[in-house]
Amino acid sequence: MVKLIEGIPIMRPYIDLDNQGYWDAVKNHKLVLQYCTKCNRFIHPPRPMCPTCRSQDTMEWKESSGKGILYSYVMFTSPKMAYPAYELPYAVVLVELEEGVRIVTNTHEIEPDEVQIGLPVEVMFEDLPDGQTVYRFKKREA
Amino acid sequence: MLQEYMDRKYRTDNKPSVEANLIKNNVAIVGIGQTQYTKNSGRDELDLACEAIQNAVDDAGLKMSDIDGFDTFILDRLSLPMLINSLGTPNVRFSCEVSGGGGAGCAVAVHAAAAVATGQADYVCCYRSLNEASGHRYGRGDDFIEYMPVALTPNYGYIWPLGFVTPLGWAGVWGRRWMHEFNITREQLGWWPVVLREYAQNNPEATYFGRPMTHEDYMESPMIVDPLKLHDCCVNTDGAAAYIITTVERAKDLKQTPAIIAASAQCCPIEQEIQTIYQRPSISGLVETWYVGQELYRVAECGPDDIDVAQLYDPYSIGGIIQLEELGFCERGEGGKFVEGGDNIRIDGKIPCNTAGGLLSEAYLHGWNLVIEGVRQIRGTSYNQVKDVELSMVTGGPGVASSGIILRR
Repeated sequence: MVKLIEGIPIMRPYIDLDNQGYWDAVKNHKLVLQYCTKCNRFIHPPRPMCPTCRSQDTMEWKESSGKGILYSYVMFTSPKMAYPAYELPYAVVLVELEEGVRIVTNTHEIEPDEVQIGLPVEVMFEDLPDGQTVYRFKKREA
Repeated sequence: MLQEYMDRKYRTDNKPSVEANLIKNNVAIVGIGQTQYTKNSGRDELDLACEAIQNAVDDAGLKMSDIDGFDTFILDRLSLPMLINSLGTPNVRFSCEVSGGGGAGCAVAVHAAAAVATGQADYVCCYRSLNEASGHRYGRGDDFIEYMPVALTPNYGYIWPLGFVTPLGWAGVWGRRWMHEFNITREQLGWWPVVLREYAQNNPEATYFGRPMTHEDYMESPMIVDPLKLHDCCVNTDGAAAYIITTVERAKDLKQTPAIIAASAQCCPIEQEIQTIYQRPSISGLVETWYVGQELYRVAECGPDDIDVAQLYDPYSIGGIIQLEELGFCERGEGGKFVEGGDNIRIDGKIPCNTAGGLLSEAYLHGWNLVIEGVRQIRGTSYNQVKDVELSMVTGGPGVASSGIILRR
């Protein structure tokens, strides 16, 4: 799980017009994904055109179930290549959501040795002292 | 490209004809130059670049004023105008900075070759200069805190704030999936760095010259970003390197045996941003490398068995080994077994790889040192010379828009 080191600010995401809906939802403790209503498929990360039907006006934000499985991961163990704002070790995991897309995230209340491919996980949100809201994934019942 | 890869069926009906390829057999690398590779150059990158370029110009038997084109890839900290001002090159009419980071390790040569083949320039200098050991180390996490309160791009915004700040991590995610799906072990990974270190013992210019490493040493080295250990990762280097590209016709009047480009290729497939290729149906393989290989073989009219020696862009061990699979030197998922014991990639092996020590043991010159070693193998001047080299392959980085060339005598 990720533990913050006090006093070091966390980098903020780059919010633009194409991904504003995504980050606005996170602020409201919701995980949304871009969805093309013509192709009936989820797309991530957000982009201005559906890469399948090339439409720019069929995309909407649809709430994700927030449930998925841990598809792959890395464990940061050395200060040499890690982000100084987090206590070591910390995991970065790739979660395959039920909607079929994968998102990169951190873990919440999952011990390093429990981080394994195939682990069922679900989203949770945390409001940080600096005013940011972030999402992480915790264990869930399969 | 992605569909062709998923089907493992490379289409030739939608590709330009080989006969129409203006680069094949018409363009060559005619000069190579480098500085010392050190841990603390004590010099500016511009200063280093001037030395390496002068060495390449001298090696080719050219005059500095002959250079009329420059090429590199992104993440270069040099100012091209200042480079031109320092070198005093009066007739520069082509410049290029290719996207894709290390994936463009050979795309730089591809674009330079296209420029000389189409008359945009006569002599293009491809250059790289870095103080990554003593100065700014690309891919280090602490840089981000210091310089960047907001992620640089929208796509970085989904990963950097998570502490996912280094290419070792981005690649570790697909690397672990590859290891998981094909039961590739850490013991197997270790043979790539161990063999490269052996090569470096014969290369006095290599960072790790005089510092051998056993497989036990590798296994005992600390974990950096699990699944990658310290010796899975490239070295830090201060130094510069350059090479010069012109037509085969002009090469006839120059000093060296030209390393003729038999094929060149670049691949920028869908669903990738840096090495976060995570939306593809499978992330346990690399379409970029597979496609580059297929295109190189098509244009050079050869296959993996015809390649005598290869320099594969290996910023980390998994990146080298997975390329062996995608380039057809072994079957998919067999890379771990293929490198086990090391013999297949040693000098008398099936495909000698990274014979100057590669990015892990020679230098992390962003692939320039790989191109230079690929040229040396054609000239017959490598410190670890493979016998009777006809075809010498060099590739760009894995998991990003990649590239490659096949050189011939």
